[in-house]
Amino acid sequence: MCLGIPGKITAITDAARLMAMAEISGVRREVNVACVAGVDLEALVGTWVLIHVGFAMSLIDEDEAARTLEALRDLGEAQEALEQMAAADEALA
Amino acid sequence: MSAPALKFASEFRDPAAARVLLAAIARKADEIGATREKPVHVMEICGGHTHSIFRYGLDKLIHDGVEFIHGPGCPVCVLPMARVDECVEIAEKPGVIFTTFGDAMRVPGHRKSLIQAKSAGADIRMVYSPLDALELARRNPGREVVFFGLGFETTTPSTALSIQQAAREGLTNFSVFCNHITVPEPIKALLDDPDMRLDGFIGPGHVSMVIGIHPYDFIAADYGKPIVVAGFEPTDLLQSVLMVLTQIAEGRAAVENQYGRVVPEHGNPVSLAAIAVVYERRPSFEWRGLGEIDASGLRIRPTYAAFDAEEKFGIGYATGRRNVPELEGCACGSVMIGKLKPTQCPQFGKGCSPEMPLGALMVSSEGACAAYWQYAGAREAAE
Repeated sequence: MCLGIPGKITAITDAARLMAMAEISGVRREVNVACVAGVDLEALVGTWVLIHVGFAMSLIDEDEAARTLEALRDLGEAQEALEQMAAADEALA
Repeated sequence: MSAPALKFASEFRDPAAARVLLAAIARKADEIGATREKPVHVMEICGGHTHSIFRYGLDKLIHDGVEFIHGPGCPVCVLPMARVDECVEIAEKPGVIFTTFGDAMRVPGHRKSLIQAKSAGADIRMVYSPLDALELARRNPGREVVFFGLGFETTTPSTALSIQQAAREGLTNFSVFCNHITVPEPIKALLDDPDMRLDGFIGPGHVSMVIGIHPYDFIAADYGKPIVVAGFEPTDLLQSVLMVLTQIAEGRAAVENQYGRVVPEHGNPVSLAAIAVVYERRPSFEWRGLGEIDASGLRIRPTYAAFDAEEKFGIGYATGRRNVPELEGCACGSVMIGKLKPTQCPQFGKGCSPEMPLGALMVSSEGACAAYWQYAGAREAAE
């Protein structure tokens, strides 16, 4: 919950609500981008972000994303985050 | 350096860098006269850091004169049992869908944990984000959807932004049971505790991503202790320990940022603004093991009272104070603030294990007891 997981923004899905699609370790998940959004929302597409509980909190570069993901995998935190996303999909079903 | 240390170091992404850092730490520790008998006490505040230290065996690899003290930085672990009871009370109300991060499901309450309440029939759902709870509220207009808002400054913006979104949409069936807490205040409480001897701190990187580094200025200015905000890779942690020791060796105390690639000096302005608009400080908040700490918890401002589960259901701080004691024989409180090692708790591995946790420190992967259980045992067997 406390450690963010890197994801890549692939599309803006709802500009009014500042929502975007992110790809996180092969899983697609809609995230809020309010905390990283500049004037041009579309400029976020293709960038890497650190995602905390569904909110992109920081822009990071690709190398940082890879290093963070590796550290999270080592700690079992990446798997935990992905399991929580799957559990949430079930809760919403 | 001994052979087992090299074996551990070979698991690092960059073992060469780790070896260089460990050697530099050893030189610095010798320089300031730190020994096994008279160690420098460095507190890592964040549960994620505690987890990383155990995962890589940093506590064993590092010079004998450096001792890690595990701080109260796991939000699930510092939650007093009474708050878990209040979660269960809300969840058992008719018509409620209670949503929570999975981490909190197995934390014991006096009557039951959330997972036990769920199997007894309460509608409790694990979500990944408060946005999931918001979506549940949209899809279930006839139900009351409550989100268990838990965590330090890293997760606080997410619930603040979700409440603002709910207000914009005019949702009337969404509320947050707010248990957000802050990092600087318990550090101050620990520094004021005459029984604690702390020489320096490793600050939580992702908290500072939100709040920046200046909320820690008082640690250096008023208490004369170094603090270094750190990332989560093992080499980040080692480098941060080296920075703390270097300050001590030079007779300095400052707030330094090791994790500049993610942590801006002044934090994230959008997050800080959302927190300031939606939340205000409670006069005090109860922490497991630390008791009441002034201004250490947040509550929802009256402007957003319609989204405050405490107000909506007349529970918790909204009802006046209830003082519910912690379980007898559970030493989570002393372990939390580093006064006891997990293995010194009489219940460790006996009445309390990850399968049957008695205290919260054994539940969360970021709790010191669970980390000891998972890694220390295997390590001792290997040695």
